[in-house]
Amino acid sequence: MTATMDEHQEGSTRRNFLYIGTGAFASVGMAAVIWPFVDQMNPDASQKALASIEVDISPVAVGQAITVLWRGKPVFIRHRGASEIEEAGKVDVASLRDPQKDSERTKKPEWLVMVGICTHLGCVPNGQKTGDVKGDYNGWFCPCHGSHYDTSGRIRKGPAPRNLDVPDYSFVSDTKIKIG
Amino acid sequence: MGHHESNYEPKWGIAKWFDERLPVARMVSDQFIVFPTPRNLNYWWTMGMVLFFFLIIQLITGIILAMHYIPHADMAFNSVEHIMRDVNWGWLLRNMHSNGASFFFIAVYIHILRGIYYGSYKAPREILWLVGVVIYIMMMAAAFMGYVLPWGQMSFWGATVITNLFSAIPLVGDSITQFLWGAYAVSQPTLNRFYSLHYLVPMLLVAFVFIHVWALHVVGSNNPEGLSVKSSDDTLPFHPYFTMKDMYMSVVFLTIYAFFVFYMSNYMGHPDNFIRANPVVTPAHIVPEWYFLPFYAVLRAIPDKLGGVIAMFGAIMVVAVLPWLDRNPIRSLRYRPKARFFFWLFVIVAMLLGFLGAKPAEGWYVTASRILTAYWFIYFLVIVPLLSKMETTNRRMPGSITDAVLGHHGKISEGAQTASSGH
Repeated sequence: MTATMDEHQEGSTRRNFLYIGTGAFASVGMAAVIWPFVDQMNPDASQKALASIEVDISPVAVGQAITVLWRGKPVFIRHRGASEIEEAGKVDVASLRDPQKDSERTKKPEWLVMVGICTHLGCVPNGQKTGDVKGDYNGWFCPCHGSHYDTSGRIRKGPAPRNLDVPDYSFVSDTKIKIG
Repeated sequence: MGHHESNYEPKWGIAKWFDERLPVARMVSDQFIVFPTPRNLNYWWTMGMVLFFFLIIQLITGIILAMHYIPHADMAFNSVEHIMRDVNWGWLLRNMHSNGASFFFIAVYIHILRGIYYGSYKAPREILWLVGVVIYIMMMAAAFMGYVLPWGQMSFWGATVITNLFSAIPLVGDSITQFLWGAYAVSQPTLNRFYSLHYLVPMLLVAFVFIHVWALHVVGSNNPEGLSVKSSDDTLPFHPYFTMKDMYMSVVFLTIYAFFVFYMSNYMGHPDNFIRANPVVTPAHIVPEWYFLPFYAVLRAIPDKLGGVIAMFGAIMVVAVLPWLDRNPIRSLRYRPKARFFFWLFVIVAMLLGFLGAKPAEGWYVTASRILTAYWFIYFLVIVPLLSKMETTNRRMPGSITDAVLGHHGKISEGAQTASSGH
């Protein structure tokens, strides 16, 4: 009786091992097959190829702003005047929702470069044109759900959780920047 | 399907031969001709057939539009204008499709509210209800993606706002939105996949409609009294009694629909969608299609991004779990005056939320949206469960559907027992 029990248990252990092993192998295999069907949805090589652009900023006078398209997104490049820089610098950083000093958001204080997409639900805020409504903080105002950004593009009022994103960029020369 | 015995008898030899091999004629006879249906169904029960008609209209016009539409960011907008101006009868087919979506939702909202009013979600119809919620969510997905395809300003920015809802998810939010877009913003890959999925979802929807009808035919229709069928006296065959009733309402719906298609074809659209999509300019005021407005108002009522998104999806999910929030054995609100009062209040609140969803998010609109959003959740999560426990009817319920039709009224307790004992 004991012997048969042992034999039986030995058999079932071996069977369990094969069963679990086969199942595990099949699961890994399935996952490997499914992955290409899922990953094809992610940004493809042609999208990634658009990853960096160069912009000539010499025609942008003080107080003007331009919008360029980078990776399908608008990027705001604003040539700030002294009063805007001063206004952005004197804000009490600790009081902000997304605390960031103005100097952390710029490479040169007179040039503000940021992705022009509201961090709430992706609308493009107004404020690039001189006639636009710039919101309570004289920067940008998102008309979709009422987020107000200051002259440094920081969120001051409304539902947006973060400041306008600053993309990776660098000054290739005094009049040219590379975004991405 | 169904618990009643089949009384289909093939008349000819070939029909008998066929019936023994594939009993499809038997199924049609059992389920759609002699199917025992409560004799007291009113016109609120005709929306199923109306929805079926609009599903067929959407499928046929959609397949045809797909022959002329081009899912490319540079050409989509023009291809829709090409359909409207050049394609033979293209204006008609497209107006039928775009207005058909709206009428689909009008009918489904009546259908859902009828289900809530008469307690059609209660035992034994919980699965039927859940399948219905799945169908409703699929309809919303199909409608949302369909609205993106013309690639106008409202298409583009609606797509941007809705896909950005997923960016509220902590940690993986941005990866998910890029996965949905296939890019770093809504663009060509997004349009192309939405076109593919807009074609897929209705096929799944058809499959779920089958499951919905199957689940309905297992337990049978609820009825305005909320009483279970007790004897064959309580029922009439589906055909011709209810096919005719359904057809009548379908014709009424199609008449109003035709009026919109021919004379007010853009009434439920938005003028900004006549402007080609522009990724650097957001329209001053983004609004979704009218059938999403109450949920959009809920989204904007919450001052926090993640909180708003959770509230919006939660507003739909509380409807899904209604069978477990309301355990009162009396199904029909005809016999629950208190629940009836709060139900109509809910209907008014939902409509007001729809109104507010179309207004800018400022001033008293926001305050009102917050109060009404609170009512939406309090209704489902507090009022319904409390009344479920507390409310006993003060009206005498009839003993059976036949008694109700013939005007005999019995005692309360009998009715309550009937309702709780299922079928």
